[in-house]
Amino acid sequence: MLPFDFDYYRPKNLQEAVELYRHLRQSGRQPMYISGATELITLGRIDLVFTDAVIDIKDIPECREIGFDGDYLVLGSALTLTAIEEANLFPLLTKTSSEIADHTARGKITLGGNICGQIFYREAVLPFLLADSQAVIIGPEGVKVHYIDELFQKTLQLGNGEFLVQLATDKRHVDVPFISIKRRQQWETGYPLITAAALKIGGEIRVAISGLCPFPFRSNQMEAAINRDGLSVENRVSAALTVLPEPILNDIEGSADYRLFVLQNLLNDILAELDGINS
Amino acid sequence: MGLQSLTLHINGEKRVVNVRFADTLLYALRGNLGLTGAKPGCLNGDCGACTVNVDGWPMKSCLMLAVEAVGKEVTTVEGVKGEPIQHAFVENFAFQCGYCTPGFIMNCRSLIQHHPDADDAKVKEWLESNICRCTGYAEIQQAVKSVINKE
Amino acid sequence: MLKVVGKSVIRKEAYDKVSGRAKYTNDYQSTGMLSGKIVISPYGHAKIVNIDTSRAWKVPGVRAILAGKHYPLTGEAIRDRPPIAVGKVRYHGEPVALVVADTPTQAKTAADLIHVQYELLPVVNSPTQAFQRDAPLVHEHLGEYEKEEDSHPVPGTNIATHIKIRKGNMEQGWAESETVVEASISFSPSDHAAMETRCSTAEITPDGKIIIMTSSQAPFMVKRLISMYFDEDMGKIIVHTPLVGGAYGGKASVHLEVLAYLASKEVGGRPVKVWNTREEDMITSPCHIGLDATVKLGAGRDGKLKAAFIQYLWDGGAYSDKAIDVTRSGAVDCTGPYRIDNVWCDSYCMYTNHPFAAPFRGFSHSELSFAIERTMDLLAQKLNMDPLELRYINAIRPGDTTPTRVKLNSSNLGDLPSCIEKVRELIKWDEGQIQEINERLVRVKGVSCSWKTSTIDTDAPSGAILTFNRDGSINLMSGVVEIGTGTKTILAQILAERLKMDVDKIHVRMEVDTQTTPEHWKTVASRGTYMGGRAVLEAADDVIRQLKEVASCALRAPVEDFEVADSRVFLRDDPSIGLHFKEVGYGYKYPNGNTIGGQIIGRGNFVLRHLTHLDPETGAGKPGPEWTPAAYAVEIEFDRRDCTYRILKACSVVDAGKVMNEKAALGQVMGAMSMGLAFAGRETFYFDELGRVLNTQLRTYRPLRYGENPDYLVGFVERPALDSPYGARGLGEHGLMGMPGALGNALSIAAGVPLNNLPLIPELIWKARRGTHHASL
Repeated sequence: MLPFDFDYYRPKNLQEAVELYRHLRQSGRQPMYISGATELITLGRIDLVFTDAVIDIKDIPECREIGFDGDYLVLGSALTLTAIEEANLFPLLTKTSSEIADHTARGKITLGGNICGQIFYREAVLPFLLADSQAVIIGPEGVKVHYIDELFQKTLQLGNGEFLVQLATDKRHVDVPFISIKRRQQWETGYPLITAAALKIGGEIRVAISGLCPFPFRSNQMEAAINRDGLSVENRVSAALTVLPEPILNDIEGSADYRLFVLQNLLNDILAELDGINS
Repeated sequence: MGLQSLTLHINGEKRVVNVRFADTLLYALRGNLGLTGAKPGCLNGDCGACTVNVDGWPMKSCLMLAVEAVGKEVTTVEGVKGEPIQHAFVENFAFQCGYCTPGFIMNCRSLIQHHPDADDAKVKEWLESNICRCTGYAEIQQAVKSVINKE
Repeated sequence: MLKVVGKSVIRKEAYDKVSGRAKYTNDYQSTGMLSGKIVISPYGHAKIVNIDTSRAWKVPGVRAILAGKHYPLTGEAIRDRPPIAVGKVRYHGEPVALVVADTPTQAKTAADLIHVQYELLPVVNSPTQAFQRDAPLVHEHLGEYEKEEDSHPVPGTNIATHIKIRKGNMEQGWAESETVVEASISFSPSDHAAMETRCSTAEITPDGKIIIMTSSQAPFMVKRLISMYFDEDMGKIIVHTPLVGGAYGGKASVHLEVLAYLASKEVGGRPVKVWNTREEDMITSPCHIGLDATVKLGAGRDGKLKAAFIQYLWDGGAYSDKAIDVTRSGAVDCTGPYRIDNVWCDSYCMYTNHPFAAPFRGFSHSELSFAIERTMDLLAQKLNMDPLELRYINAIRPGDTTPTRVKLNSSNLGDLPSCIEKVRELIKWDEGQIQEINERLVRVKGVSCSWKTSTIDTDAPSGAILTFNRDGSINLMSGVVEIGTGTKTILAQILAERLKMDVDKIHVRMEVDTQTTPEHWKTVASRGTYMGGRAVLEAADDVIRQLKEVASCALRAPVEDFEVADSRVFLRDDPSIGLHFKEVGYGYKYPNGNTIGGQIIGRGNFVLRHLTHLDPETGAGKPGPEWTPAAYAVEIEFDRRDCTYRILKACSVVDAGKVMNEKAALGQVMGAMSMGLAFAGRETFYFDELGRVLNTQLRTYRPLRYGENPDYLVGFVERPALDSPYGARGLGEHGLMGMPGALGNALSIAAGVPLNNLPLIPELIWKARRGTHHASL
């Protein structure tokens, strides 16, 4: 039950969605694209989200695409996390996704919704940041394709009226060695203290992190430190810890100091897992 | 805006409800159809007490707008009659206050349908979506396992 | 040989609960029922400067807005709580306004439009802070409130009550103590988090009947308090309580009922529902109490306890309500289940700017047990003694006295030494307390003990009514609320056992209504089976007497010659001569139509005997009927690098007196253990400097989930309480009480540092270890 009313539209194709948005904006409305609607409902009920016109993109075929297309794995933004896990086409994504919220909720939360959400963990983006994936977006100016590490700066940088349609990932990057670890405040329930995902491509370890800062990130500087030749694991991890983005979260899930302690251990675990593997 | 007339497929029947687009499926089930088996516990997708099945999958009905359910097959606990999982819950004392029970049963039922031979990890993955505050979960585990092992 | 008692009889409402037919308060909705929505304080302590309701009134469907008005003060032990805040707010979540509208959406929309202007006041953010001389006052006019006789507020301070235990001679006790340990323990308030959030509806009929439906453990208390607070005729107040979706003490407080009543009154008696969202249920309604404690124990060289000094500062929150009783209960059993001849305890109920406290499963005992049991382990360490052995040699036994000087015997005290011995076996204590797995992992066992009596009103009643159906089956009516404990099914078992009949022929009325159900004081304190059971036994005897009287007349034989069994009343020496219940339950009809007797209606009631108030200076007195002890162990696997851990096993052995329903008893104990481990390991409110609770949702306040639970090892000892039906002792709370202590003890050993705070999250352990590392540098 939401305390505000909205109109609800379910466009059948991309053009219709974009056109609707434009039209609603012109008539002074505050339209919002949704696919899973979970944040609309949970944040809307406590007055943290408002819209008066919902454009639900889940019926748009491009947003539901799932599978390989040529050299790319294409995943539609309106796919539920459960659907992606069941198909298991991108093992790192399956693993990272399977730790988000809970199984039933993941049957409603969508890929696009998680990546574009207000709740800042956005863990589903981590695998794509690592795999140099490309984001297909559409908006008033038509379809655009960007590398996600360009488009995703703390949040997915979408212009007015734009939305995420698909993520395309080079086939060669989906089957490489990986590790994904989520550490929580306690046991196996809750938001991440830190979620770290890592891939090894071309002999280099790539790491992306959620929960350390109020945004997920992949850092070239950290990776450079981690992959530096000739240094001990301990020194590589220490070096990585000196080049972290800011701010480090300090909240009820954990203090900033403690998060750094957890991160240090996680990086050790990642190196222990991926160092010796050839890729 | 205001009220919309929607046709929902609930427990094998076509039901017409007058709801706002902003109303959740949970709200429509309870408020419009008197199907109070799905329970509000958090309205936030956290507790699982409102779980129903949508096209055979578990769904927290507080996380779904009623309008999103149009064209889908919704099953609530009221539509589940004498299935093995219900007997298993009774015989294994898998509930006390009973408030979380419909949600658990709907989740278990879907689990058993999709994974009739689910292992412990699979059962855990699915069932950690619901909170039971009375039992220590051991009885629920026994109940689910007794059905899985039979099938 | 018992035939029904002890068996795992399926609970009477089981099939309703798995089919979605079981109804709880919020499942009842009538046409025309209005919705109430509470506007809550966003701050812990603030002056209300202005409340602007003008925009809210413009929302269509709004029928009333209650704000800024002086209503009679409420509160059980001290009447210190305005139902809706006036002048200032004292906790985050406190109601400042209540909107009544046609639909929940309208009410919420209007509530959002009420603008309240606040001026922040200094916040009292812990009971220790509240205890300081210069602390800001939560209640400036504490001396002016009406109160019960045995509440002892100290005006000009934040002390809502002070309970003293003065037993023995402290000087002598310390003189005999060769080893002394002292510990400070602290944890914040947390929540019950019942899956059903609280809900109350109220309606006032034109003839003045006040009809309330509420998710409550205490419908009869609702009736009494509404009558007392608002000067209403008690007989005109009818309180309905259907099934309750989990309570754990949290629904023993009377709170939303008052708001629903005021709301209905404001709209001319129309029915109004007030239902808590999860966020409101966590902080607006009362929560689980917090505690700051100091415990000092002295022991001889042999480990025998000689003296205890104990100070409990309970975090009662903004209003004292039930926290006063919790404070008293904490004093009554302050030492834990050990013989200590010299005891000095000060138990203070402190006002703070936190959500106010309700009872919580264990009623002060899980909290005080953590303090005592951590100190016991420190003592064992200092004495270099096996911690289980230390507990065994000090275990309280018949002949000892309690802190309030009740002389114990083998009926009013369960058998703690046997509980300890059983724990020793179940947890395989003799295989060693510590097991190294590898460089990082270590497995450690921790132990603890607890005991509890139920400090309830000295005149608390319980009643039962039995009526016959024409088919010879029996309806059982008791005021015990079915909150999930299965007590109503156990009452049916008691009745079936006494009447020697099939328990399936007994129909239990699940709903309570205070007009037609005999009173059961409150469904709290693990007292349902004892008190409700005694009432049922008396009612059963009443029925047996009536059955025999009718049969005696019909069959022309002396009353004394009859027996009752298998739904028949028959002659002892020739069972073939007799009548089936269906032939006597509605009177006996002779072939010619003449009838004697009528519907048989059995009645029984029960009041605990010889309970007394406590002496205000020494605490001497008899606060409860019997003490149930229990022993516990927890085995954890600790990761030394990460400071993380898994709970592998948790063990509880309770002296149940008599296990009435085996699977139900196991379920009660395991469920309580699960709750205790979650309380110990994860659950707490996080407060900011303004006294705001930062985690009011189940995604940030996290009960245990499926798969996070350990393997449960549960055992029972059965030393009967002679006055209780079939010897049964209280059981529902005990699984919880020792979990925090046992977990804390295991982790303290594993981590190598004393862990005296809850919850025991890895960060806390990490900090404690880092603190000691730094200290040693």
